Amino acid sequence: MGGRPTSEQLNLAEHALADWEVVTDAVSVALGAKGLRTTDELRRAMEDMPADEYLALSYYERWARGTEQLLVEKGVLTRDEIDRKMAELEPTWEVS
Amino acid sequence: MKFSPGQKVKVKMGEPQGHVRTPTYVRGKEGWVERVHGEFRNPESLAYGGNGLPREPLYMVGFRQQDLWQARYAESPSDNLYIDLYEHWLEGVPNA
Repeated sequence: MGGRPTSEQLNLAEHALADWEVVTDAVSVALGAKGLRTTDELRRAMEDMPADEYLALSYYERWARGTEQLLVEKGVLTRDEIDRKMAELEPTWEVS
Repeated sequence: MKFSPGQKVKVKMGEPQGHVRTPTYVRGKEGWVERVHGEFRNPESLAYGGNGLPREPLYMVGFRQQDLWQARYAESPSDNLYIDLYEHWLEGVPNA
């Protein structure tokens, strides 16, 4: 989607990474080291998203979403397993 | 290796299905071979779990920013953009 004209102002400010963003990166690199995903596969999985979803997600949200898709594709995890774990963890999040 | 440094090239048009590493904004544009990187596995196959073989020549191709963005590019007319492109995306252009 790069190169499309936009009238939006670009946010060029530096920002600190949140913990979950660092973890997302680490998980992706660990999966690569185990031969479970390549950079090109992750890029492709992210590009598979519908455009409106892609544009609505932040940089590492796309990584997380793409990683999830690859793990399901390859049969490492099922959507059910991911959803169940999410439901289990959700009450422990300190977010309102 | 079809092209050598200094040679003019044009990026092919087209909207192929699947993962490609050639952004829309350079398709159909003319540039020049700045450097030959060597031969690498093809990301268009790697993205789907393929082996990426045969390896394909990869070039650093230069473009004038103004050729890419026309009047929308308001910075220095001497600015260039350099991007890595695989050989099957390039066609030769007669040097003027």
